[in-house]
This record gives sequence, C-alpha cells and structure tokens, in this order.
Amino acid sequence: MRALLIRDLRLALRSGGGFGLGLTFFLIVIVLVPFSVGPASSLLSRIAPGILWLGALLACLLSLDRLLTVDWEDGALDLLSTSPIPLEGIVSIKALAHWITTGLPLLLVAPLLGVLLHLPVDGFGVLISSLALGTPALSMIGVFGAALTIGIKRGGLLLSLLVLPLYIPTLIFGAEAARRGAQGLEFGTPLLFLAGITGFVLALMPFVAAVVLRLNLR
Amino acid sequence: MSLWEYANPVKFLRLSGALLPWLWGGALVCLMVGLTWGFFFTPDDFRQGSTVKIIYLHVPAALIAINAWFMMLVTSLVWLVRRHHVSVLAAKAAAPVGVAMTLITLITGAIWGQPMWGTWWAWDPRLTSFLILFFFYLGYIALWEAIDDPDSAADLTSILCLVGSVFAILSRYAVNFWNQGLHQGASLSLDKKENVADVFYLPLLVCIGGFILLFLALVFYRTGTEIRLRRIRALIARETRIA
Amino acid sequence: MILTVSNLTVARGGVAILAGINFVMVSGTALVVRGPNGSGKTSLLRTIAGLQPQMSGQITGAEDRIAYAAHSDGLKAAMSVAENLEFWSSVFGGPSIQPALNAFNLNSLASRRAGHLSAGQKRRLGLARLMVTERPLWVLDEPTVSLDAVSVSIFISALESHLANGGMALISTHIDLGLDAEVLDMTPFKDLAANVETSDQAFL
Repeated sequence: MRALLIRDLRLALRSGGGFGLGLTFFLIVIVLVPFSVGPASSLLSRIAPGILWLGALLACLLSLDRLLTVDWEDGALDLLSTSPIPLEGIVSIKALAHWITTGLPLLLVAPLLGVLLHLPVDGFGVLISSLALGTPALSMIGVFGAALTIGIKRGGLLLSLLVLPLYIPTLIFGAEAARRGAQGLEFGTPLLFLAGITGFVLALMPFVAAVVLRLNLR
Repeated sequence: MSLWEYANPVKFLRLSGALLPWLWGGALVCLMVGLTWGFFFTPDDFRQGSTVKIIYLHVPAALIAINAWFMMLVTSLVWLVRRHHVSVLAAKAAAPVGVAMTLITLITGAIWGQPMWGTWWAWDPRLTSFLILFFFYLGYIALWEAIDDPDSAADLTSILCLVGSVFAILSRYAVNFWNQGLHQGASLSLDKKENVADVFYLPLLVCIGGFILLFLALVFYRTGTEIRLRRIRALIARETRIA
Repeated sequence: MILTVSNLTVARGGVAILAGINFVMVSGTALVVRGPNGSGKTSLLRTIAGLQPQMSGQITGAEDRIAYAAHSDGLKAAMSVAENLEFWSSVFGGPSIQPALNAFNLNSLASRRAGHLSAGQKRRLGLARLMVTERPLWVLDEPTVSLDAVSVSIFISALESHLANGGMALISTHIDLGLDAEVLDMTPFKDLAANVETSDQAFL
C-alpha cells in the first residue's frame, strides 16, 4: 500500500495538475475576493474564515474528477483489484494521496492568505485546526463520489452535484469553528462536531467507496 | 399470500392497474374538497389575512417531499437486500415526484414568506434543509440518467440514497446548529400544529390525504412505466438473441 | 495446483453470453481460448480473473493466484520502465525486477519514460509486469497485439519458461502461438447461453 501512495505522489509531482492545480485555484479565489467585495478591512476580516473554507472546498472538488478516472482508463484499477491490496485499502490510499496533494498544501498556505484577508490574529490557530480536521473528510467523501461516477463520460459535473450536498455538514462546522475562532468566541463545539464527522467519514466511507468501486469495475 | 408477491413485475402491474383509478379518483376528490374548503370556506387569519391559505399547498407538499425520500430509502434497501426490481424502480419513479414536491414547497414557502417575513428567502434551518434535500434529489436522478446498465444504475443509486440519507440527517443537525449560531432564539416556523386552529386543521387534513393519494397514484403510474420500459428492453434482448 | 471451472455462466451487461463452461487446468499447462470477435473471450477471462461476477457456476483455485493482462496495461507515462515494474513488484510483495527486464529485453529501455515507448515496447513492458507478480496463473487477453515477430518469440519463450516452472496460462488469441496447448472453442458455450434466463426475465 505504501508503494501505491508513493506512486500516486510521484505522478502528482511529475504530471502537473497534482500539487499545483488545487493550490493555484485556491490562491486565485482568495486573491480575487477583495477585488469583488471591496478592500474594506472590516468586511474582509469578517468573511475571511468562510472564504478560506469555501476556497479550500472548491479546490478539493476541482481535483476529484481525475482521482480515479486516470487509473480506470489505463486499466491500472483492474490490475490493482486483482492484486493483494484490498479495494478498501486502495480507496483509502487514493483519499490520502488526494489529501496530501490538495488538503495539505492548502493548510500550509492558508495562514498567508489569511493575512491578505485581514484574518484576526487570534483566528489563525482555529482556522488551521479546522482545516486540518475537515479536509481529510472532504478527500474521503470525494473518493466516494469519484468511485460512483467512474464509468460515466464527462462525469465531472455529476460528481460535483453528488458531492455538493455531502460536503455541507463538514463545511458548516469547519467554517463555523473558524468564524468563532476569528471573533474570539467559543469554538470547541463546532470543532468537536467537525472532528466527529471526519472520524465517522474516515471510518465508514472506505467500505462504501470500495463497494461502489467493485460494482463499477465489473 | 405475502406482500413480496407484488415484487413480481407482472403481478405488480395487475395490482397497480386495479388500484390506479381509485387512487386518481380519491386524489381528485380529496384535493377538490380540501382546497375549495380551505380556500373559500375558512375564515381569514386575524394576523395573516388570506395569505395563510397557501398552507393547504405548502404543508402537504412538504410532507410528501420528505416522505418520498424516506420511501426511496426503504425501497432502495429492499433492492439491495432482496434484489426485487419493482422495489428499486419504485424508488426511481418516486424521485421526480419528490423533487417536484420539494420545489412546490420552496416556491409556496417563498410566496408565503414574502408578505409575512418581508423576504422571499431566509436561511432558516427548515428552508435550508429543503434546499439541501432538493440537491439530493437532483443528484439521485442525475445518477440514474447517467448509467446505461439498469442493474448497476439500481445498485449505485441505492447506495447513493443510503449515504445521502445519512448525510441529510447530518446536514439537518448541522444546519440547526449553524443558524442558531446566527439568530439566537429566533423562530420563523409558523406551521407548527399548535398554531393552527381547528377551522384550518380539518381542511388541511383532507388536503394532506389528497396529496398522499396523488403521490401514490403518481408513483404507481410511473413505476408501471418503468416496468414496461424494462419489459421492452427484455423483449428486444430476447429477439436479438434468437435472431 | 489446479484450476477448476465447472458449469460456468458468463454474462455481459446482465445477459448470459457463455454457458456450461467446464475445464480443469493443472500446473505447467496452457489453455488457449478461441472464438470470433464478440464471442465473449474477454468476458470469460475477466470472470475467471474475478473482475466480474459469474452468473452461475464455480471457479476454484483462481483467487489470489491470478496475474491478469489485457489491452490496457495500466502503465504510467510519467514513470520510467523500471519504476513502473518496481511499483507492481512492490504491490505484489517485492521480487526483483531484473529477471523480467532480462526476459523481455527491456534492459536498454529501463530508464526511459513509459510514455516515450512504442506500442510494441509498451506491450512488452505490460507483459513483463506478469513476471514481477510471481503469480502462478497468467490470464492473458490478446497478449500479442501490436507485437512484431521478434517480440512474439520473446513472449513465447518467457511463457514457456513460466510453464516449465510450474505456472499456468489462460490465453485468448487470434494467431497461432505455436504453443503445445489445448484449445477451448467458444462456439458451443454461446449456443448454451441462449437458454439461460437473464436478470430481465422477471419482466417477461
């Protein structure tokens, strides 16, 4: 399984569209916000946590389309499914690789962009923790969506439509925790809910995604 | 004789053929009686005036919108466990009805909300939950349309329905939490039963009955159509194999 | 070891296309599957490889022993020949890739990116992957497509040494490989499949 992870990361590094894509998209969204809502720092600092969360979610969504399709089209998924690695392991590794190439870089640049959006200093810690807790769930739910739409031509739009409502609880609790943190309010409750959802998703989704993938491979 | 007998498509068609005239008729009578009664023979509310009468469309549609998804969840489970085609086709047939009811709920809610709250739309937990439900319906229907093989489509949409149900419940709690965080203690819900007096309540019950019958009629009818589509497919497959 | 297939019914898109398939394979033998295009060779091989469920019947001795190779080899264009092989080797427990490189004459290409290979070279790399899996039962769907005569003979000798070491191979092919192998013709199974009930049967 480690070999699969290393291969996926190596491919993401080499063939472009891996590390760069989500990150660039995130940067573009965040940098464009002040141009669209105006430069007033009071407004920006109020909406900063929500915008950063929304940007992270959209950046995750953007790279889901190719997550399983590439391996499906060139037959690698067929071969992997006859290998000793169980499908549950394969989808988990795919989610992990997606998180490392998308979620983790976003996490690292989020403080920088928080500065651009006048995020209050107290809010940085909570923002980072909420993103760290929430983005793994986004990746895992995304793998489920990708497994559902794998055999469908131009499934990208459908994938977004299917994943969108599934992302809502994560987004609500994540952005709420970040907002409360930025305003100096109590943020423990939404953060715990967020951790609960992520734990739930990480525990059960690999099995559901593997079932879906098995159905789609035959 | 058990209920499972009607999992046989042919038997189901016979049953629905016998039931459908009664369902259509009952729905027509109930809706005509209930809506006429509600619209013309109930007093205006002392605060809301005549706008309150949209309740006769809004509440039954909302009830059906939620319960249609619940029905889809149950029939999808039956398909996954017992592999009865009729069951999953009923889920497929109910989805567009459910999405229409959700839309009716949202639209009548907006028309009602405008004079009452001074806004067409508010991010109230109930309204938001219905919007999310609307997206679940759209995704479910779109997935059915996108997959060619009917049996894999049935499997995948059933799993989506299960996962979607779990996330719908999560969303419901998340949305409650999120909005309370914004408006402490503010409640916009007017359709609680204790707020509705008996004069409004009885015609509302008739309307709800009418909507339930209408829903059943539409689902039976559409399930029949789906079964006939599969029958045509099966016949064509047999013809090409013999030829 | 033995592969036993008894009374197998193979489906494509929910419809039975082959039925009543029975055969037994023992170590060191190959079985060649013959039939015109669309006769269900690929579906049969995918069923035996466990990539699709059988409609009925039993397959014993196949699980966790299969190395499957089909039209698409799952090669990654951005990785070198050696990296591709090393990946599959580590997935299957990490045997050395050197014997596979030697057998398929890929040593001079080892550091070249798979995306820069010709169609025939890619095919050779795809077949070399079989060796690093160290699995006894090779299930090969049209293995010689886009191979020239020299490459075909390279493949045949690799296959023969695999069989000599107690391996087995189930191969669908159009051309005569010159192998000492039994032939399984698809035609009779197709006729038997016409009588099998489909999953749509309930609607008739």
